[in-house]
Amino acid sequence: MSGIRYTKDHEYVRLDGDVATIGITNHAQEQLGDIVFVELPAVGKSVEQGAEAAVVESVKAASEVYAPLSGEVVDVNKALEGEPAKVNADPLGDGWFLKLKVKDKSQFDALMNEAQYNDFVATLS
Amino acid sequence: MSDLATAQKETLARTPLHALHVAEGARMVPFAGYAMPVQYKAGIIAEHLHTREKAGLFDVSHMGQAVLSGPDAARKLERLVPADIIGLASGRQRYTQFLNEAGGIIDDLMVTRLPGEDERLELIVNAANKEADFAHLRARLSDLKLDVLDDRALMALQGPKAAAVLAKLVPGVETVAFMSWRAFDWEGTELFISRSGYTGEDGYEISVPGAQAEEFAARLLANRDVMLIGLGARDSLRLEAGLCLHGHDIDTQTSPIEAGLAWSIQKRRRQEGGFPGAERLKRELADGLTRKRVGLELAGKAPAREGAELTAQDGRVIGRVTSGGFAPSLGRPIACGYVERDFAAPGSDLNVIVRGTPLAARVVQMPFVPHRYFRG
Repeated sequence: MSGIRYTKDHEYVRLDGDVATIGITNHAQEQLGDIVFVELPAVGKSVEQGAEAAVVESVKAASEVYAPLSGEVVDVNKALEGEPAKVNADPLGDGWFLKLKVKDKSQFDALMNEAQYNDFVATLS
Repeated sequence: MSDLATAQKETLARTPLHALHVAEGARMVPFAGYAMPVQYKAGIIAEHLHTREKAGLFDVSHMGQAVLSGPDAARKLERLVPADIIGLASGRQRYTQFLNEAGGIIDDLMVTRLPGEDERLELIVNAANKEADFAHLRARLSDLKLDVLDDRALMALQGPKAAAVLAKLVPGVETVAFMSWRAFDWEGTELFISRSGYTGEDGYEISVPGAQAEEFAARLLANRDVMLIGLGARDSLRLEAGLCLHGHDIDTQTSPIEAGLAWSIQKRRRQEGGFPGAERLKRELADGLTRKRVGLELAGKAPAREGAELTAQDGRVIGRVTSGGFAPSLGRPIACGYVERDFAAPGSDLNVIVRGTPLAARVVQMPFVPHRYFRG
């Protein structure tokens, strides 16, 4: 099953074939506020589900972005180096962080769907 | 991702402007036991830039306001702080520090000699330390009277338009000199106004009775040049201005000399001493320092945060960042921290360790953004 899935750590994953596009959710960018820096992994790096994959920095603080799935980094959004504010403006679109070639699609299916994630966010406020 | 703010369950004190913050869409966070606005809808960068361009309104009611009075109040306060308080003229304000016996900084504060025959000194202290500061004063200066003004709100109006904006409500404030204080009547309400602040801009700190605070803030906000500014931008503005944040850049271990605050210790006090830690300060002034607080310019775009190690070219750790972040007015990261004295000269090339990676940094003069205080 394709579509978009979410983690409790406020990352999203969009799966196309075996390539997962990963970023942070709209709720996450709202909570962080103005994003001023994004540190992305090297292409070719293998990451394990739950491990640090990137770092996002707001004016106030740095936060780790965890890999929602295991896989190999096949692309990163270099545009964020010059314009990190794209994460605020369009987190699910132009503000994506990285793409992974996934090893095990069942990890994707186990994540929250949009309705489940929205319910989860509602419990936080 | 890590570190997203979560709902707070603890009981927090509220300032008289709490309802206004919530109505204006503030994100409220716990700070020094208070629920405080870290930012509003505009966000930290927009709030910061607005303050530099026009006028920002800050709720700083969490800070401690008190009046110390009694015979020889000025002379007695000098036992606790290194500034010249006796020489402070009526209606004038001065920045100083409560020092411990080792010359470390218990807190930093503003002291105003209030007009009038009696010796009365107004003190403004940091929120996180106010109970400890007041206990310190009561214990050490037990023959003086300490009145805590906890029924008054405190707001700061900062920025190049601050004087014009405030003068519309309170005519005459435009003539108040920098680091001076005056009481004003605003529609029957007594305001205590000083021309000072924590942004590097011209501006005021305004003490308003709590019951009138919301109305007064609303009247200021009715001016389109005024925007509410949260603690996030307050921090980025003060860092650009090179100003110290107690508990971070200065603490009970650091001396005012190491912190670059020697300017706040007047000549008579340097010569006479008579304050806690006078020996250390005298030695540091005469023989030099082992470490010094410096400004740091980072070569890349990654901010270096508080606690990041500073290293020499050979990798040896020679200091630590005490405040660091993104400077909205400059569009790049800045930091300050302590370094060994051999690395303290402007132009010294260092590295700052960010997530295990050394990044190039250079010691620079502070402030990072020039002060624009009113010099009338």
